[in-house]
Amino acid sequence: MSVVDIKDLQISFATDAGTVTAVHDVTLAVQAGEVLAIVGESGSGKTVTARSILGLLPETARVRGAVVLSSKDGTDEHDVVPLSGAKLREVRGQDAAMVFQEPSTSLNPVYPIGWQIAEGLRAHGKYTKKEARAKAIDVLRRVGIPDPEHRVDHYPHQFSGGQKQRIVIAQALALDPGVIIADEPTTALDVTVQAEILELLRRCRDDFGAAIVLITHNMGVVADLADRVAVMYQGRIVEQADVRTLFSAPKDPYTQQLLAAVPRLGQGVERTRERATRRAAGWERAAPVVEATDLRIVYPGRMRRPDFVAVDGVSFSIRPGEVLGLVGESGSGKTTIGRAIAGLTKVSDGSLAVLGTEMNGMKERTFRPVRERIGFVFQDPASSFNPLLTIADAVAEPLVVHKRAKDPRAARPRVDELLEAVQLPKAFGDRYPHELSGGQRQRASLARALALQPELLIADEPTSALDVSVQARVLELFAELQRELGFAALFISHDLAVVDLLADRIAVLYRGELVEEGTGAEVLGAPKHPYTQRLLASLPVPDPDEQARRRTHWDALRAAD
Amino acid sequence: MATVTSVPTAAGPGSEPTAAPRRRRSWRRLPVVHQLRQSVGLQRGMLVAGLVLVGVFLLTALFAPLLAPYEYAQLRDADGLFGAQQPPSGDHLLGTTVGGYDVLSRVIWGSRTALYVIVVGVLLSIVAGVLLGLVSGYFGGWLDRVLVVIADAVYAFPALLLAIIVAIVISGGQSSLWGGILAAAISIVVVFIPQYFRVVRAETVRIKAEAFVESARVIGASNRRIMLRHVLRNATRTLPLILTLNASEAILTLAGLGFLGFGIQPTAAAEWGYDLQQSLPDVTSGIWWTSLFPGLAIVLVVLGLTLVGESLNDLADPRLRTRRRVADQEPAEEGEVAAVPGGALTRGAAGVGGLGVTVAGERPGDPAPAGATGAEPADGQGAGPDVTGQDGGGTRS
Repeated sequence: MSVVDIKDLQISFATDAGTVTAVHDVTLAVQAGEVLAIVGESGSGKTVTARSILGLLPETARVRGAVVLSSKDGTDEHDVVPLSGAKLREVRGQDAAMVFQEPSTSLNPVYPIGWQIAEGLRAHGKYTKKEARAKAIDVLRRVGIPDPEHRVDHYPHQFSGGQKQRIVIAQALALDPGVIIADEPTTALDVTVQAEILELLRRCRDDFGAAIVLITHNMGVVADLADRVAVMYQGRIVEQADVRTLFSAPKDPYTQQLLAAVPRLGQGVERTRERATRRAAGWERAAPVVEATDLRIVYPGRMRRPDFVAVDGVSFSIRPGEVLGLVGESGSGKTTIGRAIAGLTKVSDGSLAVLGTEMNGMKERTFRPVRERIGFVFQDPASSFNPLLTIADAVAEPLVVHKRAKDPRAARPRVDELLEAVQLPKAFGDRYPHELSGGQRQRASLARALALQPELLIADEPTSALDVSVQARVLELFAELQRELGFAALFISHDLAVVDLLADRIAVLYRGELVEEGTGAEVLGAPKHPYTQRLLASLPVPDPDEQARRRTHWDALRAAD
Repeated sequence: MATVTSVPTAAGPGSEPTAAPRRRRSWRRLPVVHQLRQSVGLQRGMLVAGLVLVGVFLLTALFAPLLAPYEYAQLRDADGLFGAQQPPSGDHLLGTTVGGYDVLSRVIWGSRTALYVIVVGVLLSIVAGVLLGLVSGYFGGWLDRVLVVIADAVYAFPALLLAIIVAIVISGGQSSLWGGILAAAISIVVVFIPQYFRVVRAETVRIKAEAFVESARVIGASNRRIMLRHVLRNATRTLPLILTLNASEAILTLAGLGFLGFGIQPTAAAEWGYDLQQSLPDVTSGIWWTSLFPGLAIVLVVLGLTLVGESLNDLADPRLRTRRRVADQEPAEEGEVAAVPGGALTRGAAGVGGLGVTVAGERPGDPAPAGATGAEPADGQGAGPDVTGQDGGGTRS
């Protein structure tokens, strides 16, 4: 029996640039109790398709086709498309519920969580206040919130990110809907927490009998959770298959490319070995570009709050021409270290020597000449360019500032050269940042960072905002340029597979401390620290069978804790 | 360097190397023109009405010597005195005032005075407010705190009272043309500076945290360069809105001063507020023309400026901006290029290309982001087919 039946769905939007059709002729069915993953890149129409099941589209949208939603027991059927007002509200929550991407914004901060769960129950009119509360406590317990009788009165900020996502899922489960739409439910979470949420979603299917429509761009998550996969591209479904078939024998060329672009653990070992052999003798004795000894960075607390120690007693070094990968989850202090090296954050204690300059107690005036020798690539390609300058002007900026060129126009030949080096057509120099895609912008960002031929490049999550296939190209370009130009690099990322691909050595940060450091083979092959082991085990791999094996390993690790 | 030689040729589908990137410099991208082309329906109506009113006001002020039948302080012509409180006639289209001036001429000349006040007052306050806001927001610290407190204090001070004091200080309450204009302008400047200061300061604080400012710092750019090149232009986007709204407030202040008797002497310049005050006793005796026309002039100019300001405000916000409904006809096939902002992955021979050409950073279903920069061209108004084709160059902006 299918709980959702989408027929010939077409969705278009009125935008400033005229009518845009986001979804073309999509036909899709979700069976009861199955997990259907919709994968695709940003803009492929996956979110819009899934949201149409709940009628959650903005006013500018125009929908054609049919979205038939059946209730869980199969007694009732609605076409959601023509529904509005009270009728639509009745269906929402009862027959289908939604789990959003960002748990910290999908809960209202001024109400206790129990109230928010009960609100959904009471909206459907069957519960007294007392019953609703009892039901809320019950559903919180079932999603794994400890001590639910007490915590039901807590506010969202008193929970961690993973717990908040559990609460959002509890909210979705409260009315026992036939289908839950989960829009990138783990994207905002750390890998270790992601594994737990995936486990919970699996239980939603097994224990609650809810079908799940999982929207994601992460093929590892798909391999872990999905029963069936629909691949979307440019608003159309290009392939629909059962998860094993899709991963082992993808038919559509787009699916094949998508799968090939996903970075996998262990790919980097070969590369690292190759690079090591090409190094000149005595390389290890060269003076390091960056040397940190007992580095400590503290953000002072405000208004009688205790100080926050972001980095605590970290020691590492980067030698000329070496790529150090820095891995850790959010809040582990990896970005802070990168910023400290670039002189954007003050060092509180210990020593950090960058290109021979001590950063502890550094004066901006003395550090300015050193900046010439450092490049920085930022995480978010959308905001790292001044929206009012053309790409050529932005890339010329370091040249002008350091007086290598009189003005942006004089720097243009060099800028063209740089754009060419990052494989962007020269003509793109005349465009504005918003006219480029994320991947193109990140290349331009790389060109800007390399304009002064730096000895050290700091890349702070340069690919985390990009689609998988674009990420693959940018990483390849990065490796290529590093080989050609031989700069040392600090590559910061939360993704082990990405770091593995590029780095000579990997350093793992956990809560401001460096817990493990070594070559890719050492850290990924035989992790010593329990956190690294947990991190590795919770990383989903894009292969359903392999992932099932890893999951049992992860369960064992968790049980041992 | 540049030893990496592979020059990319495949630029993905939908890219046209011929599309001239300089296109954006055309007159269509000018601030108000751009909004006008972007607007539809009621919003467009409001904007057009506002623009017409403001346009008439500006033209009148500019060509006052040609338009006005008499001088603003003229009491007699070849045939002798005009006479006081004459009803509208062939000689005096809008009649004459109690002082014996021609109403039409006074109304026309009055627009000049109003324009002077707007220009002087708003210009001075913008320059000072923007500079203070920029410095205060960028550097922060004690300077910032002191300036914010001062701005708050000035906010609490009534503008008209200040204007009266300034008028008395400048010329003992009986002011000449420039004395009156400066009295109004200075009080406006003092009261408006905090507005510009706050807006620019808030924007500066926001922009300071953006990655592109950090990127400039990493490059080693000086504070001056960062402020002028990276922060200033990005921080002033909302100023046109405040400007139009403040211009109307400036006119009301001038009129208020004139009405209270601290304005400009009739022999120095024509001023609507003064004429209104003089015509007060006429109203009860059934002489309507002396008060109606100066009052109407004030109302229409203020209305025009406010309409322009309000519509610019609405159009700048993608959530308030109305758009043409999706046309009923089948959307053109090319439309799908625009539907894929992240369309970096191309299918088939072109391969996985980070070079895929992309459209505005706008996700379907989420019209809010990038759109806020007013980046999209208004060219695509006419539904589907316009989106691409020869307009493609613009669409990608």
